[in-house]
Amino acid sequence: MVKYLLQRLAIMLVMLAGLSFIVFVTIELPPGDYADRRALSLRSAGIQFTQEDVVSLRHTLGLDRPWYERYVTWIGNIVLHGNFGVSMTVHLPVTEVLGQRVGLTVMLALATITLTYGLAIPIGIYSAIRQYSIGDYLATMVGYFGMATPSFMLALILLYISVMVFDNSVGGLFSAEYAEAPWSWGKFVDLLRHLWVPALVLGLAGTAFEIRTMRATLLDEKSKLYVTAARAKGLPEWKLMLKYPVRVALNPIASTIGWELTAIIAGAPLVSFVLALPDTGPLFLRALLDQDTYLSGAILLMYATLTILGTFLSDVLLAVLDPRIRYGEKI
Amino acid sequence: MAEVSGALSGSPLPVTGAAREAELRYYTASQFQLMWWKFRKHRLALIGMAILGVFVFIAAFAEFLAPYSSTARTVGYLYGRPQTLHLIDAEGQFHWRPFTYALSAAMDPKTFLLETKEDTSTPWPVRFFVKGDAYSFWGLIKSDLHLFGVEEGHLHLLGTDQLGRDILSRLFYATRTSLTIGVVGLFISFFLGLIIGGISGFFGGWVDDAIQRFIEFIRSIPTLPLWMSLAAALPKEWSPEQVYFTITILLGLLGWTHLARRVRGKLLSLREEDFIVAARIGGSTDARIIARHMLPSFLSYIIVDLSISFPYMILAETSLSFIGLGLRAPVISWGVLLQDAQNVAAIALYPWLFTPVAFVIVSVMAFSFVGDGMRDAADPYSR
Repeated sequence: MVKYLLQRLAIMLVMLAGLSFIVFVTIELPPGDYADRRALSLRSAGIQFTQEDVVSLRHTLGLDRPWYERYVTWIGNIVLHGNFGVSMTVHLPVTEVLGQRVGLTVMLALATITLTYGLAIPIGIYSAIRQYSIGDYLATMVGYFGMATPSFMLALILLYISVMVFDNSVGGLFSAEYAEAPWSWGKFVDLLRHLWVPALVLGLAGTAFEIRTMRATLLDEKSKLYVTAARAKGLPEWKLMLKYPVRVALNPIASTIGWELTAIIAGAPLVSFVLALPDTGPLFLRALLDQDTYLSGAILLMYATLTILGTFLSDVLLAVLDPRIRYGEKI
Repeated sequence: MAEVSGALSGSPLPVTGAAREAELRYYTASQFQLMWWKFRKHRLALIGMAILGVFVFIAAFAEFLAPYSSTARTVGYLYGRPQTLHLIDAEGQFHWRPFTYALSAAMDPKTFLLETKEDTSTPWPVRFFVKGDAYSFWGLIKSDLHLFGVEEGHLHLLGTDQLGRDILSRLFYATRTSLTIGVVGLFISFFLGLIIGGISGFFGGWVDDAIQRFIEFIRSIPTLPLWMSLAAALPKEWSPEQVYFTITILLGLLGWTHLARRVRGKLLSLREEDFIVAARIGGSTDARIIARHMLPSFLSYIIVDLSISFPYMILAETSLSFIGLGLRAPVISWGVLLQDAQNVAAIALYPWLFTPVAFVIVSVMAFSFVGDGMRDAADPYSR
């Protein structure tokens, strides 16, 4: 087990290194560098900024050094000092701009994962046990719709319905009285009360997929001989189901947590943007549109780190659930 | 089933009885025929196919089907409500020719919004094959004939946008862009997947290992944010055509990992199959084995994968354009049209700006149905 975990940890670190490099490339990609853009913004504000000033600024920031040295400086600053660079649009350190928004994004991702599995597992079990019932058909239909509709569009539809039918917007994460208030228990409860809407929107596609997986595996398992044997021994039906086939059927679901998390993180910025959530999503889009590369790079790095951490955790979870995996056997 | 009876001639099996005949038909049918029979059983897939047919038709004949050009403005009808078609007029008289009423706008004294009212004294009859905005069909044939329209007044069945442009017409043009960009993107990922997966499966060993680790790495990145970052790095002064081209390539880079895995897996398992070994012993060249024996047996799976990944292309394009990082005006796609429906105010005041959503969802659902049907049909021998 320890050996398996160390191996996974090593893979995770290598992936993180690779990802940080890709993020660095996206930061470097736009034409011109920070000095050019700073000069442009200063000049457009009417401030004198000569070509020599640009060159000296470039030198003080170290932008005239080769790219690999700059990469090392950039990643070194992040790892050693937690310094992600300076946002070009608001001229504040990126960490300050991000502030508590990162926490909200993490909360949103966690809430979505919890809701996805919290809904998918019981509904999947129900669908398999009561196959071809009205509830089963309903779950299938919602599933088709959920998988065909991208989450940001679902958010738009939800917004449309809430505005047209209920005359009230579902956007935002806090009620007015808590929006600027410091963290307290009341604010946390208020957050949870708002969080389920974006979490549901973001998780519907994943929930639909997991319901289908759960239903299919459970249907396969349910008709196997060991179930018949257990039933013949007189085990109560619900106990029998939960103790044997459901446990087997949980395995393929648990193994996709990593992918689910990747999909959720990928969909999150757009949903947050449409629903106007005060997390990193709208900030990310804004930064991209303004080519504020250090800010967008930091957020992209955060998204990538979250998914890799999630994949690592799901590997660990799977190893706990299924002993065959930690001994390196193929399943 | 005329082509089946052709296949019967020269068959060594004796034909007796109706049941026997059906069986014989099954055994003598070509692989493609078996696939079609299996596909036909999937009701939803057939419906999906029909819907996609309509979309392709719209994309092909957008200029002719759309009542207006994509940029024509009805100046007196900004943010215009969808006009309704009538068959029965104000006096209760029935007309065979559908018509719509002239509209008069007045300011609502409470909300200060323009409210339009139908003027039931002046009907605008809808006619087929009317002359309207000039266009050049696929840049080849110049014409001004439109399938339907009105000769006096204006006809906006799905309303108009901020500048008074007809949303239905713009949707038709957008369908062309969104579908073509999806198809081209799909071809790019198809070639990448085939080549990289082919190399991986053919060489095996450390090359295979390296490529597989690389694919795992790519798949662990949240793609959309990464693609958004890359799209944002495109120079602002690029022309819309350059952006269009680059975005298509970006989308093509999106889907190849899945396909590469599939090709590799199939190649690896096929290498050990008896009929491949037999062909090799029989002295076939590698090229012949790949082209004649391997390709036909996994082509159907590849087609299935392609049809499944098509929605992702469309969705990725729509998402990118929706937030303003993808295609830009004057290029119109579903995502570009949806930019108008970004905020609550627009949705509440002008809900008809929302119609592109329906197009996207319907097309994606149709594709998943067809994909499901094709997945079942890909292996026609499992009964």
